[in-house]
Order: sequence, then C-alpha cells, then structure tokens
Amino acid sequence: MKLQTILKLPDCRVLSEGRPEREVTRVFCCDLLSIAMSRAPSDSVWVTVMGNKNTVAVASLADVACIVLAEGVSMDRDSLEKASEEGIAVLSTELPVFDMALNIYRAGME
Amino acid sequence: MGDQLIFTYDIDGSDFTRAGEASSSVKNKLKMLGVNSEIIRRVAIAMYEGEINMVIHADGGQITVTVSDDDIVMVLADRGPGIPDIGKAMQEGYSTARPEVRSLGFGAGMGLPNMKRYTDQMEIDTVVGKGTTITMKVAF
Ligand SMILES: Nc1ncnc2c1ncn2[C@@H]1O[C@H](COP(=O)(O)OP(=O)(O)OP(=O)(O)O)[C@@H](O)[C@H]1O
Ligand SMILES: [Mg+2]
Repeated sequence: MKLQTILKLPDCRVLSEGRPEREVTRVFCCDLLSIAMSRAPSDSVWVTVMGNKNTVAVASLADVACIVLAEGVSMDRDSLEKASEEGIAVLSTELPVFDMALNIYRAGME
Repeated sequence: MGDQLIFTYDIDGSDFTRAGEASSSVKNKLKMLGVNSEIIRRVAIAMYEGEINMVIHADGGQITVTVSDDDIVMVLADRGPGIPDIGKAMQEGYSTARPEVRSLGFGAGMGLPNMKRYTDQMEIDTVVGKGTTITMKVAF
C-alpha cells in the first residue's frame, strides 16, 4: 500500500509528509533504538513513543518510510526538519502503540 | 589493486543529537557509488551502533572508513574509558548506559551484538583508562 493511505488515517496528525507515493510494506513497533535499528524492515511504518533526533537517525539508516509517534508524543522542530530532509514521514496520535499499529495494519497490510 | 576511497570523521562526544551523522554520510556515499543495498544496510547498522557507542560511552573519537575492491573496513577509535570485560559487553542485554541516555531509547545492550552480527569480521582492541579501537569489515 502507499504511504498516502497512512497519512490519511483518522486520529493522526501529519507532522512531516515524507514521500506519499512511497510503497510501505510492514508495520513495526519498538522503543529501543538498537533493536529497531536491526529489526525495523525497509519501507516499514515504525510505531514508537521515542520522538527525538536519534529516532530520525535510526529511521533514516534503516530505510523506514514513516515514524508514527503514539501516546501523544511529539517531536521537536529540529528533528522534524531532519525527517523532512530525509524524506521520512512523521505522524502523531493520542492512541496507544498497539491500537495505532492495528489501525495501520487494517488499512491495507492484512 | 584498484583504487581505495577513504572517509574520515571526527565524532563529537558531547552532542547526542548529532550522533549518526557520520553513518548517514557514509550511507549516502555508498549509495552514490552504487553499492548493493544489503551491504549498505549492514554497514550503516554496524557503523551507527559504533558511532553511538563512541558518543554515549567514550566522549567521541574518530572513524575511518575505507572502501576498496573487496571490502569496506570501518575503524572506530576513541580515548574513552575502555571496556573492562569484552565478553560481558558482547552479551545481548548488557549495558552500562546512564539513565538519561536510556530515556532517549538507548541501552538495550544490543549495539555490540548488532555490530558483530552485521559484519564479516570484528575486532575490539581496548585498554582500560586509555581507549577502544573497533575494526569491522564487510566483504563485497
Ligand atoms: N566505545 C566504548 N567505550 C567504552 N565502553 C563501551 C564502548 N562501547 C561499548 N561499551 C560498553 O559495552 C556495553 C555494551 O555496549 P552495547 O552497544 O552492546 O550496548 P549499549 O550501548 O549499552 O546499549 P544499545 O547499544 O543497545 O543502545 C556498554 O554499555 C558499555 O559499557
Ligand atoms: Mg550501544
């Protein structure tokens, strides 16, 4: 499915658009960076509560397409700028990690 | 023997937010060189973990990446506290990361194991109180 579909999900705020035409294939959940680094699939949507610059660095290096910040976590302007530069989408939601991941999965990864 | 490309980076040990920039830069360079994407991914993971460790545990240092016909070699040298027990440090889950670093998402104790897993060869040269040099090789 296209990233575009995820950008349009309800209960989400789009903080960075990334590349809406990009094809996304998996959803991945983890907050520990060195686990995410090695386990997050390429072109995945990564749901986490860690919203700092290191999250963006890991996403970029692991070729993650989209970061979804759950539990109302936000991201500072600097990190968002970096995400835009790298073409990574960033979304924020009040939903818990599991609920959000399930929504993404149901939107077209089943 | 063909040409070698050498990239060097000074890693600032005081700035968490910039940690990863050297790895990003290498990743982009390898992309431009047309290196196979799986190899790029392995180099990026291993180098990032090493770069972050230099910032979190060792107050920065220097990284040299050499790209030649047969392989990519990364040398990460710091003058940090050294690693007293390499066997322990290599165990998955072992971490001495401070609480403020853990709150950023570090400290799973997976960095060194990742570095070993994603490279073909890894050597740790460390002296307590003097520093650590880690050499990693990924073959083409
Ligand atoms: N360059 C270094 N200098 C000194 N000690 C180090 C260095 N690199 C690693 N260590 C030690 O080895 C331990 C394990 O490192 P490792 O990268 O596996 O885990 P971590 O950095 O603690 O957590 P993670 O990488 O999962 O975020 C560290 O907690 C630290 O005690
Ligand atoms: Mg580490």
